[in-house]
Amino acid sequence: MRAPVNRIIPFSNVDGPGNRTAVFFQGCPFNCLFCHNPETIHLCRGCGVCVETCPAGALGFDGDGKVVWDREKCVGCDTCIKVCPHDASPKVRWMTVEELMQELRRCIPYIDGITTSGGECTLRNEFLIELFTEVRKLGKTCLIDSNGSFNFEADPRVLAVSEGVMLDVKAVEQEWSDTLISHPRELVLKNLDYLLGVGKLQEVRTVIFPGRDRENAETVRYVAGHIGPTCPYKIIRYRPFGVREKYQKLLGEFETDKEYAERFAALARELGASKAFVV
Amino acid sequence: MSDALNIIQDPTLTYHQELLALARLGESTDDSLRYSDAYYEAKKKGALCDLNEGVMPYRPRYICPDYSLLFEKGCKFLALEPPKDLLEAVNALEIFYCHVPSITSFPVYLGDLDKLLEPFVVKEDRAFAKKVLGLFLRNIDRVQTDSFVHADIGPEDSVTGRLLLELTEEMQLAIPNLTLRYDPERTSDDFALACVKCMLKTAKPSFANHRLFVSEWGEDYAIASCYNGLSIGGGGFTLPRLRLYECALDAKSPEDFLARELPRHIDLQLEYMDKRVKFIVEQSSFFKTNFLVTEGFVKQENFTGMFGVVGLAECCNYLLGITDKKKGFGMNDEATALGLKIMDAIDARVKAHEAPYCDAYGHRYRLHAQVGIDSDGMDDSPGTRIPIGVEPPMLDQLEVNEKFHPYFPTGTGDIFKFEETWLKTPEAILPIIKASLSRGLRYFSGYLENNDVVRVTGYLVKKSEIEKLRAKKQSLNNVTVFGMGAQDGGHALDRRIQEHDESAG
Ligand code: SF4
Ligand code: SF4
Repeated sequence: MRAPVNRIIPFSNVDGPGNRTAVFFQGCPFNCLFCHNPETIHLCRGCGVCVETCPAGALGFDGDGKVVWDREKCVGCDTCIKVCPHDASPKVRWMTVEELMQELRRCIPYIDGITTSGGECTLRNEFLIELFTEVRKLGKTCLIDSNGSFNFEADPRVLAVSEGVMLDVKAVEQEWSDTLISHPRELVLKNLDYLLGVGKLQEVRTVIFPGRDRENAETVRYVAGHIGPTCPYKIIRYRPFGVREKYQKLLGEFETDKEYAERFAALARELGASKAFVV
Repeated sequence: MSDALNIIQDPTLTYHQELLALARLGESTDDSLRYSDAYYEAKKKGALCDLNEGVMPYRPRYICPDYSLLFEKGCKFLALEPPKDLLEAVNALEIFYCHVPSITSFPVYLGDLDKLLEPFVVKEDRAFAKKVLGLFLRNIDRVQTDSFVHADIGPEDSVTGRLLLELTEEMQLAIPNLTLRYDPERTSDDFALACVKCMLKTAKPSFANHRLFVSEWGEDYAIASCYNGLSIGGGGFTLPRLRLYECALDAKSPEDFLARELPRHIDLQLEYMDKRVKFIVEQSSFFKTNFLVTEGFVKQENFTGMFGVVGLAECCNYLLGITDKKKGFGMNDEATALGLKIMDAIDARVKAHEAPYCDAYGHRYRLHAQVGIDSDGMDDSPGTRIPIGVEPPMLDQLEVNEKFHPYFPTGTGDIFKFEETWLKTPEAILPIIKASLSRGLRYFSGYLENNDVVRVTGYLVKKSEIEKLRAKKQSLNNVTVFGMGAQDGGHALDRRIQEHDESAG
């Protein structure tokens, strides 16, 4: 079994508690307008557009016509990502659990645990189960960073080998959700309750958009009303950096004001989510 | 114009700095301590460097008095009784410090301040103790005006340790340098986290690998000056350094270097050290009459010579014909392996040398990864460090350090610069430090990129003080001028920044 790994960050202080290695998988069922890493959304379609543009000659085709990436030659200029018409990246490694573990073993002594992210890592449920089982043998914790598109209640096996989920609740209002994430929100909201109920909700995150008073409030109200005082609730400011240009026009070309975001954190706390704060 | 007149007319020198410069000039008028022609030739070529220690040493380079003795017995020479309370203790130390010589004429080791002062601090009201310690730190900063002045705390948590951290944060002073002696079994996570927070905001304390130092020196070791391991009640006679890049310039190959040029230069440096150590012990009056010796605050047998090296990275890159340092030592397994071979060779040859005196260490000198001086520019990186500006991601950098740090009982270290978000997550830094120390790292320093107080190569300076010198104004701290030189010539403040999600890239 192999899974497409977009990136491994050996030391991260923003992907859960302590120092963690973050593993980013390629591919996501959502297509959020505000995605900061749109190149992680789709798998490469092999169109070849990027191959020509690589200044380092790091891209080419293999015998089957698949695009291959030479890590050694790559200079990390990200030209390929900019030119890709399909929100994909050629810089993806299809790794086995053992291959991934080989890289993780170097990090293990220095970290509290690993966090899998994406894209959407739960698309690789079977892979995660095996990976987490191995990481736990080394005494480290495993967290899942998820958009909530996986039905954890129907298949809770991955939860059994992990400390839990850091869940994005991006939009609650129907119309806003349809615009923002192009995916039904029901499963996300069901997961919120389910994970909370089984004690596997590590934190919830919501992005606050400039000028979207009603939409922001509705999401924050819903989440705060459900999670209560124990689960951390991170209120994140929208930042245009990395967002596809056409969507920047819709969502805003400036980042959300700190004070504006603080209003929603205060609202969340009022409604009982005492661990709500702006990051 | 004479050299003396130059000094006297320099607008950027304080009175005290002029005095020291004139003393150095005076010392240089005697040349009776002579070395072999080959030594002078190698020095002229830049392969050997005496760090401007002066030609007529009238004291050991680094002196680490046993301050606990002052508190037990007092000091006859200075007419000090054993202190009975915090005010007396602090006053006794302040007086004593003014009489501890060193290469810089400032005390490079102020003692294990928490251990020394805790019995007095706990008898006082916390606010009063804090006030007294604050004035103590202010006295040190304004009187011992040199960043190589160094104090130690830990391994255990203490009221004094906490107060010193609080004050360090509040006062934002470059002096003194500060080290936490970290032991995973004796240092609580809570205290270590307080130290991480303080380190991010003030560039101190650094973390010393307590167990490693104890295994080499016993419990009574000091971290002095930059990051130098030495015995309490002893010190370092002298610290010259091999500039390894220049040592390699005449070698035809790595093999030739290891067989010929390296041993040749090692022996020349040993010759220099032997002569100098003998001179300090036998000729100069320090070990005969100084009160530190006669009253037992230091013992001659607890001193050793520090065998310094710099520029291992450039040496390896040169010998392997690597011109792009981004692909060189630290990032390149072949270069790193050669580095280890060279260090093994230096270690073996220095250990095989029977040194005069140094009784406590079986008549042996001990290795030191010298931190560089401003005139090194970009030719020789400090000790065994990866050149500034091409540092790999933190994990790789730590792994390289862990291999080289064990060679250097008299000190080595590396510095990591963090961006702002790490201040919110000190608990993400502590596991990194802990793991690396347990894997052989000797000494870890860090600071936040936007600080005023920053760590240059081993010592601390204020960026605002460097700006004063640039404006041709005086800086009270003697070391600011080195900081300016290291910034200009060695780009010492441009080291890699650890982003919030340091990528393998
Ligand atoms: S980032 Fe992409 S375009 Fe740039 S060198 Fe690497 S593969 Fe080539
Ligand atoms: S990464 Fe994008 S541009 Fe490159 S081949 Fe794949 S789909 Fe085409």
